[in-house]
Amino acid sequence: MFNTSNTTKTVTELTAHIRTVIESDPLLQGVWVSGEVSNMTRAASGHWYFTLKDATAQLKCVMWKSAAQRQTITPRDGDAIEVYGHISLYEPRGDYQFYADRVRPVGMGDLFLRFEELKARLNAEGLFDPARKRPIPSVIQRIGVVTSPDAAAFQDIQNVLRRRLPTAEIVISPTQVQGNEAPPQIVRALERIVTYGAVDVILLIRGGGSLEDLWCFNDERVARAVSDSSIPIVTGVGHEIDFTIVDFVSDYRAPTPSAAAEVISQRSIEVIRAELTDLQHNLTQVIHNQIDQRREQLDDYARTMAYNSPLAHVRVMRQRIDTLNARLTREQRRQVQLLRERVTAKTAALTAADPRAILKRGYAIITTADGARIDSVEAAPIGTPLLIQLADGEIIARSEGTPQDGLYQRPLI
Amino acid sequence: MDSINDLSFERAFEELDTIVAKLESGELSLEDSVTLYERGRLLSAHCQALLDQAELRVQQLADDGSLRPL
Repeated sequence: MFNTSNTTKTVTELTAHIRTVIESDPLLQGVWVSGEVSNMTRAASGHWYFTLKDATAQLKCVMWKSAAQRQTITPRDGDAIEVYGHISLYEPRGDYQFYADRVRPVGMGDLFLRFEELKARLNAEGLFDPARKRPIPSVIQRIGVVTSPDAAAFQDIQNVLRRRLPTAEIVISPTQVQGNEAPPQIVRALERIVTYGAVDVILLIRGGGSLEDLWCFNDERVARAVSDSSIPIVTGVGHEIDFTIVDFVSDYRAPTPSAAAEVISQRSIEVIRAELTDLQHNLTQVIHNQIDQRREQLDDYARTMAYNSPLAHVRVMRQRIDTLNARLTREQRRQVQLLRERVTAKTAALTAADPRAILKRGYAIITTADGARIDSVEAAPIGTPLLIQLADGEIIARSEGTPQDGLYQRPLI
Repeated sequence: MDSINDLSFERAFEELDTIVAKLESGELSLEDSVTLYERGRLLSAHCQALLDQAELRVQQLADDGSLRPL
């Protein structure tokens, strides 16, 4: 169309056409390309930018974050890799770029296919399920380690633990960690430590190495042994950028052996010391509080008891008794007084009635000799013996009869 | 209750933690509280002593399940 037309195109129009041409070529839309990595940049956004080159050409490559996250390896400058993807045009700059989707090391195409196949299969079985992952115990006393006792990685974790968790105890279950013999050995070492049982967590570790060196950790037998473990397993295999199958299966994937040791020693000796100090403080505080509280309670009770004490009733009753007593005494006195007055009155009356008083006034009582009172003239005819009682004694006389007129002077009665 | 000197650090610490929690619950008799407090003090001293002498122990597990120092 452009061949036969004289029409001038804008840059945008031409660029859009080039893009259409590129994107309609099947070869450019799905191809493995091999080369050496240079200018590898992992952007903060998570996207990867790198250049793939060989002796005579180079190709700008980009891998979006979504694809980058799925990769088993992270390319480093100088790595020989194969990348699968498609070519497209970045119109603002007029650059064509390779949009990478998958990356694998050169010459390991078959291995990688097997890796991807195993990963997909185990994933489909649910072995990577986050729900299967057990938490790392917060309190760790004994640590099982599955690795080679001669490996630098083993020294690394001892250094970390000696510094951070010297209260712990390490039990190493030794195994080779590279070569063809490694997978069954790792499986046996894992079974040995799980059977032994008396560890809180297992570290499955190996230091950095080539992809081939780490390959035993992509073995299905090893992956299943990790999955079958009844004890939580933390993996620390290779470097930060290395991901192996066991990392997906384990309960926690640490980026390096040292990091694995750090993860299980988060409650480090400093933290433990601080916790212990807190506990001691709480212990003392709590008992003091309790004693204070009870003492206060006791004081309360004492007050309440004093208030409700029978003694209080006794005091009240005693008071009432005192009052009654006082009334009683007063009443009694009054009564006595009253009686005394009556007695006095009677005494006076009695005194007044005393016949002797009459005698003292000069009267006399005259009886017969046998004591019969003479109260009539007829009772004392002439010759009757008479007993005359006076105030100071008695005299006897004889009746002379009734008096003759003028012979006796009579006193006025 | 176990003899305190035979307890591992973690066991002792755990028990100390439990004791403090129990005391904090305030549901104990005073006598029990004081008994627990005394054991807590002993546990705490035991923990301190273990911390002071803590030294990472490394042992190797053999195929027959036996341990030997590495």
